[in-house]
Amino acid sequence: MSLESLGWQGLVILVVFGISLLIATYCTYAERVIAAFLQDRVGPDRAGPFGLAQPLADAVKLFTKEEFFPSGANKALFIFGPCLAMITALMSSAVIPFGSFLKFGTTVVHLQGIEINVGMLYVFGIVSLGVYGIMIGGWASNNKFSLLGAIRAASQNISYELAMGLALIAVLMMSGSLSLRDITLQQSVPGEWHFWNIVKQPLGFIIFLVCAFAETNRTPFDLPECETELVAGYHTEYSSMKMGLYLFAEYVNVFVASAVMSVIYFGGFNFPFQYELREWLHTSRGLSLDASQNIIAILGVVTVFAKIFAFIFFFMWVRWTLPRFRYDQLMRLGWTILIPLAIFNILLTGGLITTGIIPEIKQWW
Amino acid sequence: MSLFLFLSFVALLSALGVVLAKNPVHSVLFLILTFFTLSAHYLTLNAQFLAAVNIIVYAGAIMVLFLFVIMFLNLNEDTEPHKPALAKIAATIAGGSLLLIMVAALRNVQPVGYDAATFNSQVGMVDKLGLVLFKQYSLPFELASILLLAAMVGSVMLGKRETGERNF
Repeated sequence: MSLESLGWQGLVILVVFGISLLIATYCTYAERVIAAFLQDRVGPDRAGPFGLAQPLADAVKLFTKEEFFPSGANKALFIFGPCLAMITALMSSAVIPFGSFLKFGTTVVHLQGIEINVGMLYVFGIVSLGVYGIMIGGWASNNKFSLLGAIRAASQNISYELAMGLALIAVLMMSGSLSLRDITLQQSVPGEWHFWNIVKQPLGFIIFLVCAFAETNRTPFDLPECETELVAGYHTEYSSMKMGLYLFAEYVNVFVASAVMSVIYFGGFNFPFQYELREWLHTSRGLSLDASQNIIAILGVVTVFAKIFAFIFFFMWVRWTLPRFRYDQLMRLGWTILIPLAIFNILLTGGLITTGIIPEIKQWW
Repeated sequence: MSLFLFLSFVALLSALGVVLAKNPVHSVLFLILTFFTLSAHYLTLNAQFLAAVNIIVYAGAIMVLFLFVIMFLNLNEDTEPHKPALAKIAATIAGGSLLLIMVAALRNVQPVGYDAATFNSQVGMVDKLGLVLFKQYSLPFELASILLLAAMVGSVMLGKRETGERNF
């Protein structure tokens, strides 16, 4: 990799980082607007046009609140908890392919933070680390409600990680690659009909979706912060921006989960007739090959973000529609329904691959 | 080389932290840091799959369970059991002799370098590892899976609800 491409790659990483934070910021706004819409209220409309400056106002509010340390709290870990939650949330967006590639002369810029050949495992590993922020914060608060929230978070994450991993294995059996870029490229083959993974893995997608809700601690699985039982769960004792970091980390996690789902199951940056469009731009409109590729890549970025926003909307829609599960129901769903279903899905996928109903993947790129 | 030294330094420091920390939760956190440095070592050896799996299994699952149990037990400095001096001395001697044996065993080891011309940099990748596991070592692999299955059945048996007992 030349120095120039390395510079471009650094820029891409910064942009991905910035976009994750920006989207998380505006998720707090979107959540309230969607809640207001679903409950037939007005919602935030005071700060700026349509209330768009609301996240800024929230940030000012959070920063100027009193910073409070509960007595008997482990101070270092009390600060470390929210930091860790935020770090692990932001780390996973590094491997997500947000677009194919841009080409300027000889410089090729891949629209992805870093491309590693174990991308899916990387995301999975970081997601499994996400629970530490909650556990450490909850424990260090020296409050029984926080501790109960932390313990709930830990057992919930471990339980749903299993089903999530098993759902991903079925995808891996088809793709034969752990790289998220390969999985995206496989979902669209130039010159022939090819379906997104959702068509081949509907059951796996539903399992993954349920697990994503549990892993991000969103309603109907937000038992770690279940306010009717545990005050506010793991962040009961938190105030000021440390509390803000926990809330933020949740939205970053929602963004990452949406991005992973749109990449693995919904074709990522692929959109229908993209190669035909590139061909048409090149031959009929007289654009150079590079320029038509760049147009396709930018449209791909728009596509992947449209998919991500659709999923974020879905997350919020569910939050304001479904009530919370009871804790034993949550565990029963995870262990006795989702895991057997995921194993059945693996067997089914194996059968379909050996009988040739799911065609073998071509390494066309 | 400097990366290796840095990683080893952090690994040793955090491993010492595991033993020396007074608070069991701190010990667990140091152990997690140790696993991270080990994973980083795997990465420098071009074993990406091993690094990722190490993080997922050890840092992501096993240590969460450790932390879970320790938080439940609510161990802290006040409740730490004070062992008699004899036990401490015996433990020091046993640990010291283990260290001695290991150093003695490794003293005459000739580190095998690699030949840059014939070295296959793809050797640690997932597909290569899978081929080796399922072709060359398929019997040990299957035996290990039977062992895991037996452990799983055992844990299900232990966790199974007795008739008439209600857990919630």
